[in-house]
Amino acid sequence: MDAVIVNHLRKVYQDKTAVDDVSFAVKKGELFGLIGPDGAGKTSIFRMLTTLLLPDAGSATVDGYDVVKDYKAIRNLAGYMPGKFSLYQDLTVEENINFFATVFKTTVAKNYDLIKDIYIQIAPFKKRRAGKLSGGMKQKLALCCALIHRPSVLFLDEPTTGVDPVSRKEFWEMLRKLKEQEITIIVSTPYMDEADLCDRIALIQDGKILSIDTPNAVVAAFPDKLYAVKADQMHRLLKALQASPLVKDSYAFGEYAHVTFEGDLEQELAKQGLTGIELQTTPVTIEDCFIKLLKEKQ
Amino acid sequence: MIETNKLSKRFGDFIATNEITFEVDKGEIFGFLGANGAGKTTAMRMLCGLSTPSSGTATIAGFDIYKQTEQIKKNIGYMSQKFSLYEDLTVTENIRFFGGIYGLSNQQLKTKSQQLIHDLGLEKEAKKLVGALPLGWKQKLSFSIAVLHEPKIVFLDEPTGGVDPITRRQFWNLIYDAADRGVTVFVTTHYMDEAEYCNRISIMVDGRIKALDTPRNLKNSFHAASMDEVFYALARGAKRSE
Repeated sequence: MDAVIVNHLRKVYQDKTAVDDVSFAVKKGELFGLIGPDGAGKTSIFRMLTTLLLPDAGSATVDGYDVVKDYKAIRNLAGYMPGKFSLYQDLTVEENINFFATVFKTTVAKNYDLIKDIYIQIAPFKKRRAGKLSGGMKQKLALCCALIHRPSVLFLDEPTTGVDPVSRKEFWEMLRKLKEQEITIIVSTPYMDEADLCDRIALIQDGKILSIDTPNAVVAAFPDKLYAVKADQMHRLLKALQASPLVKDSYAFGEYAHVTFEGDLEQELAKQGLTGIELQTTPVTIEDCFIKLLKEKQ
Repeated sequence: MIETNKLSKRFGDFIATNEITFEVDKGEIFGFLGANGAGKTTAMRMLCGLSTPSSGTATIAGFDIYKQTEQIKKNIGYMSQKFSLYEDLTVTENIRFFGGIYGLSNQQLKTKSQQLIHDLGLEKEAKKLVGALPLGWKQKLSFSIAVLHEPKIVFLDEPTGGVDPITRRQFWNLIYDAADRGVTVFVTTHYMDEAEYCNRISIMVDGRIKALDTPRNLKNSFHAASMDEVFYALARGAKRSE
């Protein structure tokens, strides 16, 4: 059974269509990623699925319940961690968790096994007010509070935004463990490199879904052979690639430029006086696919 | 352009920035990396003349970090993901406002704002409120305004957070162009691929600079395939996190 079904969902704010005819389904126990930049419509989708915002058109269900008609049922079974820290800053760590447990008519003890791995990391600070916690600790507390009523579907809106690479890795390890508990997880992120950690992903921009599939399948659908090229003069190389008639597309990619082309590119670049040229095929990443899809759309 | 010697900032018992020493050359793109809570923001606030160091010395564009903070502020540009522009002013009004603050004449403002709007292809949006622009455009506009008064150094605090991959690259083209004009760029980012676009980078852990070199040398010395691995090797043992 599908845990979440989204059918032609739409949300319009004044003259801006934030969510434009979005449809997807998430299987039970799946870790599903909504991947896209700020302003893509990710938060609006989350708010509609968690019954905090009414759709202008379309429909959606969470665990079989309709997001409009059955909003009370959904509020009991969904866990939601908003992008912005929204716990009670004046309550301590312990008080926040107890508060959320009580609101959902349960106790911390009853569901302790679910949050244990995360909670022990913040337990040394349990008497500290939430407002005084570091960013990483706040994030862990927010996750505990979203889990304390043992939700069947967990919504995480940009949990890793602005977080350094080490903490991001740790957060994804926590999600991996939660997945073993058979909780369905929908997570949004602007970091393309996190897409590989999801079972399936939807790439989203300007309220529209560009592609939905497993990360492997999204990458496999990339139509061209992709090359990585570098030279001693990177800025000049990028300009030369952009001007070259052989090149279909090119853009900076870390240490290299990624490029799709036909013909003898290496010779052409050498002719322009670039030195230290290295050209080799390279595996396609989700970011390459996103760039390709964006450019096709424009 | 930037020279620091054992620069430190303490808050009570807590040493946010612990004896950092480094130099940044004119026209260099310098990446200032570190885990959350490593002390980057505190260091950057000192370098911008917004916070007085507890000890150590530094000069920014030749000006002393203790005594000449006003001259420092005139000679630098600053942008961050959070503080960008006035959302309820138009594109043109924002340019005039910030240009005016930095003391540009009306004539300069006029030519510079036309040039900027043309370079960014914002002709149609010039009279629109900044709040109505997509994030990527806001960030590009924000950067262009930060360098409008031709500062010697521009400080960029996570300028590309949450921006789509194409705009992120366009943003870096603006950075390269500024560096080509001789502007020194001091940038923080959590995108490790962007660390590769810098001439040199430093990585801060628990208040100290643990590594400082070109991306290539850092990868070689850590036997790492990517900057991500270098960062992970250094920051994994961090005691502080924020």
